[in-house]
Formats: sequence, C-alpha cells, structure tokens
Amino acid sequence: MRTSLLALWFVLAAASTSRAADWLQFRGPDGSAVARDGKLPDKLKINWTAELPGRGLSCPIVVGDKLFVTCASGPQQERLHVFCFSAADGKKIWERQLKATGRTMTQSKTCVAAPSPCSDGKHVFAIWSCNDLAAFDLEGNLLWLRGLTMDYPNVSNSLGMAASLLTVGGVVIVPVENDSESYTLGIDAKTGTNLWKMERPKAANWSSPVVWRPKDGTPPDVLLQSKDGLTAVEVATGSTLWNYAEGASTMSSSVATPDLILAASHGITALLPQTNGAPPKQLWRIEQMNPATASPIAVNGHIYAINSAGVLVQAAIADGGRGWKLRLKGPFSGSPVATGDRILVVNEKGLVQVVDTTAPEGAVLSELQLPLREKDLVLSTPALSGDHVFIRSDGNLWQLGAAP
Amino acid sequence: MTRILFPAVLLFASILHADIPQALRQINSLKPEGQGNEKASAAWKELVQAGPDALLPILSATGQGGVVADNWLRLAANTIADHAAKQNKTLPLQDLEKFLRDTTHDPAGRQVAFDLIHASDPAKADEIEPELLNDPSQELRRGAVQKLIASGKAALAKKDEMNAKLIFHQALDASRDEDQVKVIASSLEGLGEKVDLPRHFGFLMKWQVIGPFDNTKRSGFDTVFPPEKEINLTASYPGKTGQVKWQPFESTQDYGKIDFNKPFGLLKEVTAYATTTFDSATERDAEIRLGCKDGWKLWLNGQLVFGRDEYHRGQKMDQYKLKCHLKQGPNVLLMKCCQNEQTENWTVEWEFQLRICDATGTAILAFAK
Repeated sequence: MRTSLLALWFVLAAASTSRAADWLQFRGPDGSAVARDGKLPDKLKINWTAELPGRGLSCPIVVGDKLFVTCASGPQQERLHVFCFSAADGKKIWERQLKATGRTMTQSKTCVAAPSPCSDGKHVFAIWSCNDLAAFDLEGNLLWLRGLTMDYPNVSNSLGMAASLLTVGGVVIVPVENDSESYTLGIDAKTGTNLWKMERPKAANWSSPVVWRPKDGTPPDVLLQSKDGLTAVEVATGSTLWNYAEGASTMSSSVATPDLILAASHGITALLPQTNGAPPKQLWRIEQMNPATASPIAVNGHIYAINSAGVLVQAAIADGGRGWKLRLKGPFSGSPVATGDRILVVNEKGLVQVVDTTAPEGAVLSELQLPLREKDLVLSTPALSGDHVFIRSDGNLWQLGAAP
Repeated sequence: MTRILFPAVLLFASILHADIPQALRQINSLKPEGQGNEKASAAWKELVQAGPDALLPILSATGQGGVVADNWLRLAANTIADHAAKQNKTLPLQDLEKFLRDTTHDPAGRQVAFDLIHASDPAKADEIEPELLNDPSQELRRGAVQKLIASGKAALAKKDEMNAKLIFHQALDASRDEDQVKVIASSLEGLGEKVDLPRHFGFLMKWQVIGPFDNTKRSGFDTVFPPEKEINLTASYPGKTGQVKWQPFESTQDYGKIDFNKPFGLLKEVTAYATTTFDSATERDAEIRLGCKDGWKLWLNGQLVFGRDEYHRGQKMDQYKLKCHLKQGPNVLLMKCCQNEQTENWTVEWEFQLRICDATGTAILAFAK
C-alpha cells in the first residue's frame, strides 16, 4: 500500500515547485524553521518597510521573488486581506480582500490573521481565525474558497485560532481544532474539497502540524499535535500511521528532523518513529527544557527552546545532553529561525537578536530595534530567504539585510 | 443610429461571449464543503476576464448564493478593479454610485460598490458617506456615524454643549456598533444624559431562571433536564442539591447580562436555565445575538436554535449571531447555561446576554400591549 502511495506521491510532488530560498509556510521548510540556503548576517539593518492594515501575526511566506502576508482589518477584524509584495523592494504587487464568514472574536493579544498561510510554490493558501480558507495563484487569481464555520458551525474558538496551514503532495492540511467541533482536514489543493476529515481531540489547540520526511526517502507524513500527543497521518488519505499519546503542547509546535522527531511534549521528548505502526520509541526527554509560546528549533545537531523566562536553552539531539543557556531579552511570542549556525529571534517589543550557536556559552552577536508603531507588538515568526529576513508586526512588514 | 447600435452590440456581444449570467449562476450554486468549487473557479475567471463591464452584474448577484458565494463575487470585483487600475482603465463610477444609492440591492454588493468608489475616488466616497447615516446596512452607516462622533467632539471642544448633544443624539439614533455606541453614550453622559443602552440594543432583561441542575464532568450540556421538556413556571424539580423552581430575575446591567451567580451563588459543575417570552408585533425574520462564555443552548418556540460546548474562552456582545423567524405575538425563549469545574478566577462567570435585532443590528423591541 505504501509502495503504490510512494508512486502517487512522486506524481503529486511533481506538481509543486520549491526553490531553495523559498519559505513556504510557518517556520519555513517543512516547519523546521531552518533555511536551506543563504547566510544570516551577523549584523542587520532595515532594507525596506511596507505598511499593513489592521492586525496580523501570521508569518510572511516567500515564493521566489514574491512575499505573501495576511491581515485582518475593520472594527471586528472582519475584512480579511492577502497581500503580495515584491520581496526585493517591498512594493505591493496585489491585494485581495474577502469578508469573514465565521466568528472573528479573539482574545485581545492575538487576532484574526494569526494562522500563517502556505504555498506549494505555485499557489498560496491562506486561513484566518474565522476559518475562512482561500486559495490563489501567485498572480492573485482566486482558485477556491471555503467558509469552514459555515460548513461546520461549531468550528471556532472564542479565544482565537492560530494553527497554521501546510501543503504537501497536493493536499492542504487544515487544522481547525477546538473545544467543540474539532477536526483536521486534508483538502484537495486543486479544488478545495475534502479528501479527508479527521475528528480530533475536543480541545483548543494553537500548535501547527509539521511534515516529517524520513531519511529513507519514503513519502512524507504529517504530524498532527494536540493536548493528547502526536499523530502521524498519511498525507493522501489521513490514515493514522502511529500515535504518541503522552500529551503535547497546544501552543508550541514540534520539530521533525530526518532522523527523529523532537516533540514539544513534557519539555522536549525525542521520538524515533517505527515503521510497524507502533508508537514511536522515546529516546530521551528533558522536562526542564520547556518551550513556552515559541516553538523549538533544531540546528546542527542541537535542539534549542526559549522558555518562559526568555532563556534560550541548548541540548544535544543525539542524547539530550544539556548544553548552554543564554538569557535573551524577551518576552517572545514568535519562534526562532535559523540559517547555518546562527539563530534569529524577535521579541514582542521588536528587538531582533542574532545568536551565534557555536560560541561556548552561546552569544548574542547583534541587536536591531525595529521601529514599531505605538501599541504594536511583534508576535509573529520571521521568514528567511537568501540573506534576508522578513518580519511583520500589525502595522508593518520589514526586510532586513546585512548591515555594513 | 448604426453608430450607436454597433458599439452597443459589440459590448453586449462581448458580455455575452463571457456568459456572465451563467458564470454568476455557477458561483451562486455552490454547495457546502466546497462542492461546486471547480465550476465556480472557471466561472470566476470568466467574470474577471470580462473586466469592468462585469462589475454591475457581479454586484447585483450578491446576496443570492450565501456568504461564501458573496466572497467569490467580492474577490472577482476587487480583482477586476485591481487589473483596471494597473491598465489605467476607469471603473464605471457613476453606475457604482447609482448601485450604492439603491437600497433595494443586497448590502454585500452595495458595500463592495462603496469600497470600489473609495479606492478610485476617495473624495467622492467621503462626499457620499454622510448620506449613508440611516442606511439599511450596519456596515455602510458606520463611517457616517464616525463623522458625527468627530463633529460632536469638535462641538464639545468649542464648549458648544447644546450642539454637541444634538449631534451625539443624531449619532446615537444611527449607531449600531458597540464601540461607537459606547463612545456616544459616554459623551452624552458627560453632558448629563444617560443613554438607555438595553433599550438601544434590544437586550432582554427580564427572565425566569431555574437551577442549579448538575454539570459534573460537563455532562449537563447533553443531559435533558425538565425545563427542556416543559416550561411550567409553577413546577419544581429535583436539582443538583435539592428541589429547584423558577424565580424571576431582572438584569440591571447596561449590556443585559443575566448572571446566574446572583440567584444561585458561585457554584461549579452546574446548569441553569432562563426563559422569557418575547412579544413580536409582526411575524418576521430577526437575529438573536448572544454572548456567553459557558456551555450553552438556546431554544426558540421549542426548537433548538444553536448550542456550543465551549467554556471560558471569552464573552462579548453579539458573540453569536443566530438567524431566526419570529411569530406574531409571543415567542418563547429558553436558554441553558452550564458552568464547568474550572477554579481559576477568570472562570467565575456563569452568565449570558441576549438581544433581538434585525440584520442591521437595530433593536426589535417587544410589542407593548
């Protein structure tokens, strides 16, 4: 069964394109938060600034020379925006606007444009907390729409929803998990119809799914996370492949490397998936390494997490051996991203910090204060593309590059 | 005559070539769960290719296929406008203005018309906006109300209290959005006038309440307690800790909160009910707008309207907008409200607020006999 699906996967994979500098979803390549190329400059400056309306904390995504970002404006954040900017100079290429068909209530810190969009390299898929889902081509032509609260009236969360989309193998993975009518959907990227609909734990959940690409080249699986743990599902069918049922965070998302999965569970738990459908083997666990809101990141054989005190904690992926701890200037809502051996974080007040992970105790190489509008915060996770960093607040989108 | 007819025929032919009516029908035929998306997608492309000439037909088609279909149409309109701007083509602004001013058109289409005018000619939109003060669309009148608020504040700044009062009253009469009403009410209160907010919004203030029934392990949400079988205001029933019977409760709160903690105490894992009868002057469509952060269910005239088993994620006015149909005369509402087991201080609330209004948010008041 998996062999025939492997063939299918190759056919489907051919339909999507991805360039090394692309950042196609929340936390970039397969949700790893690590750029595949480029170099994060040690010192940064602002290259350009663009204005955004309303509110938004979704991650910008980069597809070739285009940058896409979502916002929501209006007294109830009922106007939903998708913007396309030129990644090179921040000029607006197009903007599309639709109206919320679901409930737009959120807690005041978060907002309707919280979940991040994603792309398969040819199309952009966007969702908002009101559970309106839209698909466009890169020129802004609408492919399809779904009003998921219209389809499933109790799909909503009065605190707001924030789980981000991902797309793999022609399927858009759409988590709409909440206390009441709780699902993750596998939606046909071409038509917007359900390929599968999976009942999920009835609990609010702001964590995002990640793709796991095993190093043996077998088709990628999607890892769904909830308060109950992690569930690996087959992309095309939504069939459950295995379950890890020891609980997981409903805020920070896990990380998958080709070798193993670093679950945001009881701190960080390293899991080795089995091929026989059995629960994964637990290799190690560090309960004290507790990511708060920000998701952990795996860089060069180490796992890093920012705890609620704003301390960046390092451990070895091989055995969970504890490394250094580096106090950063917090607080943090957005997750760290990395290129090479440099990690970049942005705190809520817009302070960008570049960390050298090779320094014996970790070291902050530079800081850059973003000029935030009054009352603006940076709650979003940056995007990386080549040697550039893209960050947004409610009111602005910035490109950062190397400072002289 | 030929000079007039020929371009008109060409124009008509080009529109016909795009088969706009068929494309609009395709979009307005969408079914749930994305059924019909493929045909709608092709139809959408056709509409966009037809360019500005398709705008009026697109706007005229709103309100017929549901809110998701309206988004397809909205996106077609704003994509056409975007392309036109890039190609230095003008939009039919006069036709859009005529469409906007005709209040028999669907509010969604009229809002798009206003947005297109605003994007192309902000000064024109600014000129039209005050005239929308009493528009049937809640969204369209907002800008006009905001202008009046600004004007009232300017009068206050000049210490012209009489004029300020007049302006704020005018704004209040037109306003429907909570944030604007709050500003207006606060300004009027500063001028010595208290606004009857419950009446303005249409909150139902007088209820009969009964409880507590059980909600251990959140089971109460699905349990059919006696009030769901009959509403007998003289009856008593076994509750969670003893016999319970109906008792009157009247909210004194500006936003009509019915607080079960007041008659029953700060309890956990309990369920209560509230009932009231709303006398409608006519048979009509309406909206019940509800705010509640506990598990809840609502019945109207014995029919379940909606329910939600979510606890302590937040509450606000108009959190849920429930379309309903009122009978002429008495309409019986029954509200079930479940408090769960959480003990954090932000989980104390066991309450709801409910108002009846039309689609513009205008209060529908009970018929006074």
